[in-house]
Amino acid sequence: MTAILGQIAQIFLVVALAPLITGWVRLVKSRLNGRIGASPFQPYRDFYRLLQKEAVVAHSASWVFRAAPYVTFAAVWLAACIIPTFTTNMVLAPAADLIALVALLGVARFWTALAGMDVGTSFGGLGASREMMIASLAEPAMLMVSFSLSLITGTTSPAQIIAFVLGGGVGIEVSLGLALAALIMVAIAENGRIPIDNPATHLELTMVHEAMVLEYSGRHLALMEGAGMVRLTLFMALISGIFAPWGMAQPGAGALGVALGLGAFLAKCFILATALGFFETVIAKMRVFRYADFLGGALLLGLLATIFIYVSEAV
Amino acid sequence: MMGNVTLLDFLSSGTPVEGHRPFPRFRLDIRAWRALVGQLSASDWTVMALWGEAEEIHVALCDDDTGDIAVASHPCPERWFVSLGRARPGAIRLERAVFDLWGLAPMGLEDRRPWLDHGRWPSRRPLSPQPQPPADAPYVYDFLTAEGEGLHQIPVGPVHAGVIEPGHFRFHCQGEAVVRLEQRLGYLHKGITGLLAGKTAEQAARIAGRVSGDATVAYATAFSRAVEAATGCEIPPRAHWLRALMAEMERIANHVFDIGAVCNDAAFAIMLSHMGVLREKMVRANDALFGHRLLMDRVVPGGVSRDLADEGAEALKYLLHGFSKDFERAFKIYDNTPSLSDRTQGTGIAQSSLVHRYGAGGFVGRASGRGHDARRAPGYAPYDMLDLTIPVYSEGDVNARLMVRFDEVRESLGLITQILADMPPGAYQVPLPQVAGEGMAVSESFRGEVLAWVRMAEDGEVMAGHLHDPSWFQWPLLEAAIEGNIVADFPLCNKSFNCSYTGVDL
Repeated sequence: MTAILGQIAQIFLVVALAPLITGWVRLVKSRLNGRIGASPFQPYRDFYRLLQKEAVVAHSASWVFRAAPYVTFAAVWLAACIIPTFTTNMVLAPAADLIALVALLGVARFWTALAGMDVGTSFGGLGASREMMIASLAEPAMLMVSFSLSLITGTTSPAQIIAFVLGGGVGIEVSLGLALAALIMVAIAENGRIPIDNPATHLELTMVHEAMVLEYSGRHLALMEGAGMVRLTLFMALISGIFAPWGMAQPGAGALGVALGLGAFLAKCFILATALGFFETVIAKMRVFRYADFLGGALLLGLLATIFIYVSEAV
Repeated sequence: MMGNVTLLDFLSSGTPVEGHRPFPRFRLDIRAWRALVGQLSASDWTVMALWGEAEEIHVALCDDDTGDIAVASHPCPERWFVSLGRARPGAIRLERAVFDLWGLAPMGLEDRRPWLDHGRWPSRRPLSPQPQPPADAPYVYDFLTAEGEGLHQIPVGPVHAGVIEPGHFRFHCQGEAVVRLEQRLGYLHKGITGLLAGKTAEQAARIAGRVSGDATVAYATAFSRAVEAATGCEIPPRAHWLRALMAEMERIANHVFDIGAVCNDAAFAIMLSHMGVLREKMVRANDALFGHRLLMDRVVPGGVSRDLADEGAEALKYLLHGFSKDFERAFKIYDNTPSLSDRTQGTGIAQSSLVHRYGAGGFVGRASGRGHDARRAPGYAPYDMLDLTIPVYSEGDVNARLMVRFDEVRESLGLITQILADMPPGAYQVPLPQVAGEGMAVSESFRGEVLAWVRMAEDGEVMAGHLHDPSWFQWPLLEAAIEGNIVADFPLCNKSFNCSYTGVDL
């Protein structure tokens, strides 16, 4: 019963919290840039505004264009539901593992890219081709990270990995550090943050994610933006859950434990969001052709993490 | 007459035109004009500007060896002239504009597509003696093509997502690599040349100051100096110094904002914040000292319209001290951010040979080894009394164009200090005499040299005038500089050129 409740709470928590985290990142960046910045609750108002608006669809758009926002949002939302945020005690937790997570994110990306190409504008195609280039580099790195984690913990299920780490099954390991670095790099790429993509740009020619959703408006745009925000929350939950799971409620925890887990999750999110805002302020966007270096580095780190496990076992 | 002939020797074969000051003007017949076109391929004279009149074509030339400047005019009653485009590619767009505006046809020019006229004007050839009825439908513009496997086009603009001027860019790309970029401008036609005719010098100076609002001091200075040259008006020394003060303040405000905007296009927003603050300090100082944030209409024929109070000078000195410190701090941020240098270094290289061929000035020229500056050559008061170093780089990339700006801001800060220390007291404006005559003048805007030419009537009215923006010779270089770069680097290159869309669209 608590597992069902935990799952339901999780489903709504990720969606409810996602805009606040994005709003917070924006606020941090504004303040660091010497601006007052909008309230961190501004994304909620934006959603309200977008949902009131008519969704304009290009004449050349097919059903793919209309369906993509729903599929994308659903896939990302589903992925976010299986990553434990404040409790590992969730009904759906055993249903999917890290590999499925990669696949779900892949589905979302595939549909977004299709939608970008569907309307036939050159920017959509440009964005889609760049997104696919990033994906082809980021997905192997993400899988590598999954492998090294599962080799250490003996499972690919995020909930069980977290339980393993919480249970003291793992100490400080070189592999974990390498995997963390790789995962952060993948997260930056997957979420289209600086230095890979600039979420705040108005320059059509440099956009990646924004270029694909350029033709969307109204509720479609709200869903597309929402999917991006949920994805950011998902990666924060993943990183903080696996590498700093402290405070997370375990099966059998009481109300106090759950509340503690919730508080710890919020605190971790805001620390990560602040760090992201800070990082994005001090670094410039990289050249498109440098993506391969950056994500190749992530892949290499993931690979190293895996190799280190074997080496340390052999010694 | 090939080989080492000087510009003035060469043009003396034509008829000198009386009353053109301070640079001579010569009227060339068809033979002499043809000889000029031929001579241009042998001599490295720079075309400074090219413009038309109802039945005459003018070209301002500069002999870089001797420093002489002269205007060659060629009457063309049959409404055609031999094109300079083959010898000087920078003249091609100018000649296309001349055809659109005055209907004077450049013979021998291969590219005869309309340039400023998009087929939407209320009349065609509006400045010719017989303007023609409007086009039935907007023209279809044949963009130059690029063919090959995997090539695709990206049309960008004229409406952009950011708050910038309108202009259309047509990219031919192979994946991310740009194979060809072609610009189409002309969305900002204002009919300036037509508006100038029949105005008083004061009214015309207001119009001149609005050709490109970010360089209003430079434009008003060039135009006022041309009017003063035409009428033989000697303005008080203090007016020269005040104009220079305003020009340097304008230069600083524009340069710092450009630096910030280039960095912002590399998603490094913090530079834009720092530079935005600095620009705001400067334009507020403009407002406090001269009563206008952008200094519009402060430079007028006969002097300046506002004097600088002593308290204002003191306040400015105080401001400059803090400004310089903040500026150097921002420079350190730029210099110490490797991720930013990685974007700016080696990106969008403008070849030195092209820069010389087009005679591009400003930061575009200086970043590619052409250290031309109107404040030095031909030079004008009070810069002959001031200590000024022209920064020149040879790399020609985005970084070099930014470094020129950084250096020029420092130079301008130094110039302002010198101006405040040595500015002579006295009157700052004199009435303009009503004398007929022709005048031409150049002034250095933050983009490069602005040229103004004017013909005054005896009753003090402007009969004809022309204003030449430095961007005419910089826009084509952007097309060349982006070639081989990637599409995603275009905004960075474009911003580092920061050419004026409105300045080339009279």
